[in-house]
Amino acid sequence: MPKSDTNNPSWLQKVLSLPNDSIQKTLIVAVGICLVCSVVVAGTTVVLKPIQSANKALDFKRNVVEVAGLLPEGGNVDEAFKQVEIRVVDLDTGEYTDAVDPATFSQTEAAKNPATSEVVPADEDIAKIKRRSKYALVYLVKEDGKLKTLILPVHGYGLWSTLYGLLALDSDFDTVKNLKFYQHAETPGLGGEVENPKWRALWVGKKVYDDKGEVKLSVIKGSVTPDTPDAQYKVDGLSGSTLTSRGVSNLVHYWLGENGFGPFLERLRSQRG
Amino acid sequence: MDKAIKKVLFEPLVDNNPITLQILGICSALAVTTKLSTALTMSIALTLVVAASNFVISLMRKHVPTNIRIIVMMTVIASLVIVVDEFLKAYFFTISKDLSVFVGLIITNCIVLGRAEAFAMKNGPWDSFMDGIGNGLGYSLILMSVGVIRELFGSGTLFGVEIFTKVTAGGWYVPNGMLLLPPSAFFLIGFIIWGLRTWKTAQMEKRDYQIHQVHRTEVV
Repeated sequence: MPKSDTNNPSWLQKVLSLPNDSIQKTLIVAVGICLVCSVVVAGTTVVLKPIQSANKALDFKRNVVEVAGLLPEGGNVDEAFKQVEIRVVDLDTGEYTDAVDPATFSQTEAAKNPATSEVVPADEDIAKIKRRSKYALVYLVKEDGKLKTLILPVHGYGLWSTLYGLLALDSDFDTVKNLKFYQHAETPGLGGEVENPKWRALWVGKKVYDDKGEVKLSVIKGSVTPDTPDAQYKVDGLSGSTLTSRGVSNLVHYWLGENGFGPFLERLRSQRG
Repeated sequence: MDKAIKKVLFEPLVDNNPITLQILGICSALAVTTKLSTALTMSIALTLVVAASNFVISLMRKHVPTNIRIIVMMTVIASLVIVVDEFLKAYFFTISKDLSVFVGLIITNCIVLGRAEAFAMKNGPWDSFMDGIGNGLGYSLILMSVGVIRELFGSGTLFGVEIFTKVTAGGWYVPNGMLLLPPSAFFLIGFIIWGLRTWKTAQMEKRDYQIHQVHRTEVV
């Protein structure tokens, strides 16, 4: 409010007594409002920023430990996250790298920056991500020094939005342990059912690769029954959301395939075997 | 509470409801009513914004140049909405994720600007504040009613608590998928308006035109 702009009453009174529609008053009111509003908005943002980033970080950690199955009912997220080891992977070579700091690295940011990402050729871009970061963070859960669960961040386009998820693989790098989408804007009740625990439970125990090492795991139309051929590679489609289901299927294919984490998983498998 | 304030506060609930009578703020009523938790947050956020914007705009109503008044109002409203949005992100993170862009869209919610222009520019700060609360409550009432129907019959839950066990979860209830899509809110609001106008006939609008009655004698 322009009234509180100054401590000088004579000046203020002069302004207030101007006719409302005079050019001076119009300008003074407009500038005054803008100044006051920007101070209020900027002030709130600055004050609340730390709480917001803490929320975001905590939310992501919660997703990771949930997917890893480390979070007991009502458990402490930070406590559980201590069991998780974060590594950076060079997606092209499949090697671990120290090129970036996992604490500050953001795959979404990196994918936007031409220096740290590559354009995905249209024929390979089944997940419709357009650009792919050169590096990605992976989350390892170890038990007695041996890898127990590997968590890979995945993303791809559904119907309305990019779905961001975490895919947990067992130590054979072939069996799905869990899949969770933590950020998306699909239709609630239809595509939004990717969050449904019942549907997510269908992924558990599914196999990713066929004998030739190709990604075979897919979301099919309709439901999978025990008589369905290759049932271990198939997951029920979500009814009423063909495009979201297809998007999920595509993003799983992309990220577990040769352009995604394929080389990395290949390397882990050969080391183990 | 004196009578005038009471009127300002409670009239918008049924007699002068912003959604059903003034037909303002329909857009957000379609978007956020699939779940009660988002509908409730949206209602509270909107009520706070209307009340605060009415109050602030009423304080400076005598010094707002007429030709830039809409811009001034929008600036005040937009700032308030950003503040509310930032607060939600800081203290109600999961809900703010669900509401996503819709909190930001309170800026364009016609109720806020409508009340600022129609009431706050002509009345004192305290009355305007109460008018904001009243209209916010009227909006909330419709939002919650629509939300209850959509969530209960669309997902079988209320506030995320299971009421009807869905077939997909081994129960008996086959959810009505249409209720989860925006058009269903249109139908529901239409039914509410119909019901309300049948009950309170004073709300019925006069016909704009009359279909001409053709008598047999005229034709011949």
